[in-house]
Amino acid sequence: MKQPAAKSLRAFAIELAVYAVLVVAYFFLVLHLLGQWLYQLEVQHRYIYAALAILLILGQAVLLESVTTFLIRLIRGRSE
Amino acid sequence: MFFPISGADISPIYLAIVGFLIGILGGFFGVGGSFIAGPALRLAGLDWNFAVGTDLAHIVGKSVVAARRHRALGNVDLRLGLIMAIGTIGGAEVGAQLIQMLKHAGNVNLVVSVVSIVVYLSISTFMIWESRKTLLLSKGRSQRGAVKGAKSKKDYSAFGPVTRSIQRLKIWPMISLPTSGIRAISLWMILLVAFVGGLFSGFLGGGAGYIRMPSMVYVLGVPTHLAVGTDLFEIIISASYGTFSHAIKGNVDILIALVMNTGAAIGAQIGAISTQYFAGPKIRLAFVPLPLIGAAIVIYTMISGHKF
Repeated sequence: MKQPAAKSLRAFAIELAVYAVLVVAYFFLVLHLLGQWLYQLEVQHRYIYAALAILLILGQAVLLESVTTFLIRLIRGRSE
Repeated sequence: MFFPISGADISPIYLAIVGFLIGILGGFFGVGGSFIAGPALRLAGLDWNFAVGTDLAHIVGKSVVAARRHRALGNVDLRLGLIMAIGTIGGAEVGAQLIQMLKHAGNVNLVVSVVSIVVYLSISTFMIWESRKTLLLSKGRSQRGAVKGAKSKKDYSAFGPVTRSIQRLKIWPMISLPTSGIRAISLWMILLVAFVGGLFSGFLGGGAGYIRMPSMVYVLGVPTHLAVGTDLFEIIISASYGTFSHAIKGNVDILIALVMNTGAAIGAQIGAISTQYFAGPKIRLAFVPLPLIGAAIVIYTMISGHKF
């Protein structure tokens, strides 16, 4: 019982590490570049900003779900 | 990290960790987690209006991740979710209007605080009684507490006879929900449950999953796993509406929501996958502390006068 739990924990730690690297890169590249542009949009075109905000959060959620699912499959598949 | 829209300076790691914790709760219980996210954002220095609006945007993202995972596990009733979204939006609007009326009357804080404490404590007390009784009854049956895999979606509840009486009410139009295992139920009953959830959402803030998820189980008779998944799907629609509404009023910092969502994405997956290993009554029993935490926050706010 202990061995599968240790394997699963190791796989999860690897997932988190890979995911953390991707997220840090995402913070610096995407959010840094988008920040000022979104701020201007929020000040000048509130309705477009509102629609874009929903599209961005939905798009990012789908993308992140795909990335995490891919990581889970890849790492768990290899560790078994 | 500086967020120009709200003018706040918040560590992205803090936001990702808060998102991660709320993601686990949301994936496991089907709640938005606003009773934690709101105070956590306020604690980080965000103005209250931005905390509410940004939290709603973050709830949309987290619910997408958790609902997609639940859908893969067969825990989402799309038909039920779409019908409920209509009632929720209607209820949320009425709840928001009630708040406006109380604002004019000048006693909004006291009324909302007292109502929320009563509601939270009632939900917790009822769920402790029901889930413990169901677990004791199920010991007599051959059913085991822990279930592996998504096979055991059939749910037992000590409140079952009342639920069946509600399902027998023939108020036209009757609809069937095969995914949830409900042969026929009045459309009005579904809309009423969603409306009440929406009303509390508009009145008390957040997604009101702490009311909708138990209502789906006890009033409509939806199995707990499906109630969790369907509630998350429904939250995507109603929280998107709320996000749009708050964004045009200048209450949403989408950059903060996007950062929180990076943590929530992985937390929501863990929460959703974990539901497979617990039977319905155990999930309901584990749910009990959530409304209690909400009640504790409100009581603390009332006593100390500190508005998180």
